[in-house]
Amino acid sequence: MDPVQSGARPPLGLRLYVAGDTPGARRAIESRERLLDACGNRLDIEVIDILARPDAAEAAGILATPTLADEAIQPPRRLIGDFSNIAQVLDFFGLRKEDTPS
Amino acid sequence: MTTAEEIVDPVLERVKTGIEAFDDLVMGGLPRGRTTIVGGTPGSGKTVFATQFLAHGITDLDEPGVFVTFEEPSADIEVNMASFGWDIRGWQNAKKLAFVDASPRDQDELVVGEFDLAGLLARILHAVQGIGAKRIVLDSLTQLFHHFVADQNAIRRELLRVASALKREGLTVLMTAERNSEYGDISRHRIEEFVADNVVILRNALDRERRRRTIEVLKMRGSRHVEGEVPITLVSGEGMVAVPLSSLRLEQQSSTKRVTSGNAELDRMTSGGFFRDSVTLVSGATGTGKTLLVTNFLAGGAAAGERALLIGYEESRGQLFRNAKSWGVDFEALEAEGRLKVVCLYPEAQSLPDHLLMIRELVEEFKPDRLAIDSLSALERIAPETGFREFLISLTSFIKKHEIAGLCTATDKSLVGGQSVSEQHISTLTDSIILLRYIQQAQFMHRGLMVLKMRGSEHDKQIRRFTIDGDGMHLGDAFEGSPDIFSDSVLPGPATA
Repeated sequence: MDPVQSGARPPLGLRLYVAGDTPGARRAIESRERLLDACGNRLDIEVIDILARPDAAEAAGILATPTLADEAIQPPRRLIGDFSNIAQVLDFFGLRKEDTPS
Repeated sequence: MTTAEEIVDPVLERVKTGIEAFDDLVMGGLPRGRTTIVGGTPGSGKTVFATQFLAHGITDLDEPGVFVTFEEPSADIEVNMASFGWDIRGWQNAKKLAFVDASPRDQDELVVGEFDLAGLLARILHAVQGIGAKRIVLDSLTQLFHHFVADQNAIRRELLRVASALKREGLTVLMTAERNSEYGDISRHRIEEFVADNVVILRNALDRERRRRTIEVLKMRGSRHVEGEVPITLVSGEGMVAVPLSSLRLEQQSSTKRVTSGNAELDRMTSGGFFRDSVTLVSGATGTGKTLLVTNFLAGGAAAGERALLIGYEESRGQLFRNAKSWGVDFEALEAEGRLKVVCLYPEAQSLPDHLLMIRELVEEFKPDRLAIDSLSALERIAPETGFREFLISLTSFIKKHEIAGLCTATDKSLVGGQSVSEQHISTLTDSIILLRYIQQAQFMHRGLMVLKMRGSEHDKQIRRFTIDGDGMHLGDAFEGSPDIFSDSVLPGPATA
């Protein structure tokens, strides 16, 4: 997940906190793929497995998983639970679903 | 049914909370590896109790602890608990204490669909493993329910998962939960029903315009405990202190050693003085000579080479010293010799449990051989009846346990005869009762003294006339006729006898 993608605008960087390989985590990662497909290079989502990196969860103050978070803004925005409704997720983070620029 | 996990250790190992009298209530401490819910209304001392549980492990037993806070940020807890003398920052630096700060943060959060609390659990376990914690506090669960207000069932399920994970780690868990009222449901959201092995209730009830803090053990799975509410108080520099009800142990041995009452005649009436570990009540109307008897008692002890402590609730030091001097006893000199310590304060200065604690501290510090309290009636007015009875029980058992000869006074409300409430309470608790009464005989008012009761000893049953002068008390002859010292005090004149 190196954020060394090229692009005119810097992409929106989100973090996806999951806990190990659970059905919920798998669903969240599937949704992540769909979100990335929908937005192309406007969006970047880093996956953080808190079982491997509990200190990252501590620093961010994560209670629930899965959590999708925009921590670049103050206060941070967090979406918890189900991210399968792509339009709703993009709306929550201030991205409008559009056709990916070709 | 013979699998290993079915075998329950018959004796649960105990984890001391650091609140001594509470540990006694639960037979030595909270069972190791179990979960205890501490419920209470806001301001009842849940966080103090929880922090003390960790503090005691850290400072006295080398058991590191984790504090998971859902309510106050860790920085606030650090500041709030500093007044109890707990160096939270120092413990963190020494890796004896770790915080998991799950207090509400400034964030935009939206919950859609299913989730779990694996994030929280991972953070907790990370903290636990980081310092090798043996104890853990979650304060308070109610806040967690508020955080995920739309998903109560998910929180229940997840909380159960967290609780069992902590149990697997062998941690002794203390969770706090809020209650809506002092006498109602154990906690909001009925948390205790699904996670707790043990339930403890803290109360901060308003009783006749006075706050009365108590602690009660409601349930201890697989273990005995003492039932009922026990008074507690919060002491700066110490934390929570439970005031033990002595009825727990009636194990004081009775000594047969006598000590002087400070009055040779009274010693004769009591067949040789008071017992070493007994409590004597002197009851009488105002001006009958109670404080004089106290003064004699203290001076007699000092003369016998003992140390005496006087707690005065009615008169100032100046008054007490002046009175003593008028009866030929120099308190000032006795204090200078270290034979006497006089402490005077208003009953209203503190709550009853605090008074008891103060007396205990003074006794432990000064180590007196005898202790006088003048008067109990003054204390009675600051407390509800039940509180006063508890106070008396604790006090008398404490006096006996330390093998101190105790003398307490009680003031009758009426000048002649009668009974004060403290008399009713204390008369069964004290070993001896001495009554001082005004007795009218013809046109004269006399003072009469009677030893009403003396446990384990013969005593003079006469009602003796006495006078007070510059040398103190002088017991004279018995009254002729039959004065009724319990109600009216009119005697027929001696001529008719």
